[in-house]
Amino acid sequence: MSELLTAPLKQPAQRPKRLLIYRHTRLTRLTHWVNALCIAVLLMSGLQIFNAHPALYWGEAGADPSEAFLELGAEESKNGAESGFTRLGSLTFDTTGVLGLSENAAGEPSARGFPAWLTLPSWRDLALGRRWHFFFAWLFAANLLIYLSAALVSGHLRRDLLPGLQELRPRALARDLAGHLRWSFPQGEAARRYNPLQKLTYLAVILVLLPLMILTGLAMSPGMDAALPWLTEIFGGRQSARSIHFISAGLIAAFVFVHLLMVLLAGPRNMLRSMITGRFAIRIENPHGQV
Amino acid sequence: MARFELSRRRFLTLSAAALGATALSGCDRLSEAPGFQDFLSSAEWLTYRAQRLLGSGAPLAREFSAADISRDFRVNGTRMPESDEYAALRENNFADWRLRVDGLVAHPRELTLLDLKNLPQRTQITRHDCVEGWSAIGKWQGVPLSAVLARAVLLPAARFIVFHCADTLEQTLDGTGQYYESIDLIDAFHPQTILAHALNDAPLTVGHGAPLRLRVERQLGYKQAKYIMRIEAVDRLDGFGRGKGGFWEDRGYEWYAGI
Repeated sequence: MSELLTAPLKQPAQRPKRLLIYRHTRLTRLTHWVNALCIAVLLMSGLQIFNAHPALYWGEAGADPSEAFLELGAEESKNGAESGFTRLGSLTFDTTGVLGLSENAAGEPSARGFPAWLTLPSWRDLALGRRWHFFFAWLFAANLLIYLSAALVSGHLRRDLLPGLQELRPRALARDLAGHLRWSFPQGEAARRYNPLQKLTYLAVILVLLPLMILTGLAMSPGMDAALPWLTEIFGGRQSARSIHFISAGLIAAFVFVHLLMVLLAGPRNMLRSMITGRFAIRIENPHGQV
Repeated sequence: MARFELSRRRFLTLSAAALGATALSGCDRLSEAPGFQDFLSSAEWLTYRAQRLLGSGAPLAREFSAADISRDFRVNGTRMPESDEYAALRENNFADWRLRVDGLVAHPRELTLLDLKNLPQRTQITRHDCVEGWSAIGKWQGVPLSAVLARAVLLPAARFIVFHCADTLEQTLDGTGQYYESIDLIDAFHPQTILAHALNDAPLTVGHGAPLRLRVERQLGYKQAKYIMRIEAVDRLDGFGRGKGGFWEDRGYEWYAGI
């Protein structure tokens, strides 16, 4: 983020000056897009795999959906109409059309956990879903390893992502949160850096959620369970690992939603350009002293 | 200006939606392409190699205590083989059943259930992980496959063990709906790989694969072949079923099911 480039002024002289700064290194940009591709494929093929047994349990074992803490299913009412339900603990919701029961490609209602438009492939095919999932899981893990090693060595993690003590003060965090809630984002010089909530969120995703996906994924593998039994045990058993895998995938999906929303609100053109070319535009109120 | 912004926003939204729809149908089209399926399947080799490297000391799958045994061990796949041959064997409580051990072995064998019970036994309480996602814990008792293979003596050319089963899971014209499975010699000689005749201290029920089923504890449920009639040592797998080494493997699932 040190290299400065000035862009030609289109506006009258009194308007803020637009500066293009070099925000993302080539490696950050490359790993970002590989990661985005992997996460899209992994989420969708993961839902395909989940649909083979759309129920979640705690502990080591679990096979009866009525004993699950989360269950998606379809049932037929007395008048013969089919409906889809989502059960969380003792609460049951009618989710016909989306969860439990949704239309297949032929437009007929079919019993399936998540709907066709959210799974990969769209039709029910556990074998193919697993092929997609495990191929992209390897790519995802390799990509994360490359990014994390480079970020540690280059100081990117410490310099750009680790918040300073000043930024972690409750007042600073509260101010940042209030700004986010008003949908107003740092401008000018302050836009050179990530804001505190942004740093904390990125760190939580990069250092906690993404590695957690790999670890809980491995903990479900019977081969890994034999090789590294402690891995399954620290998550409280195989079915717990499966549930944590699902929940952290949900948190990643929530992050992606907020991330895309923030990109839209903060200026999609500028944001997209910075993640493609590396150049990010900021506006400087007082351009005096600039070369 | 506002008008322009609005239409541009709408244009971007529509483009994003169109792009999304194209990507989705593109993924479906890729999923159908055999070449792309082969490409995705290349990851299986990586998983197999990595897990064989990590598990080179032949670590044991975790074993549990009697308190962990699942109240109801779910029955999956075939519940009752349909052949007359199996029905006759079952009626006679499998007294006429014989396990054939042949293929690339020096001494082909035919073993009764009693022969198998007179060999060294192993009991293990392990977790069964179905490819669908559920798990159940059960206590299995049987004879280590290594003990059976030691008596038949494998020829040097043998690389895989194929399990021929009594059940037909899918009716096909060419007979490829017959259940079968195969494992490599590393798993065949793993101490927890047993030919089980009892589950939770009772003889196997028909649903669980009576009279004999495979337990290969470091792999998923579909490798645990039920209703075993014949064990064959082979040097290659392409001559069986549709050539992928197992009933589910022939239908797209991984041959190496350690994940």
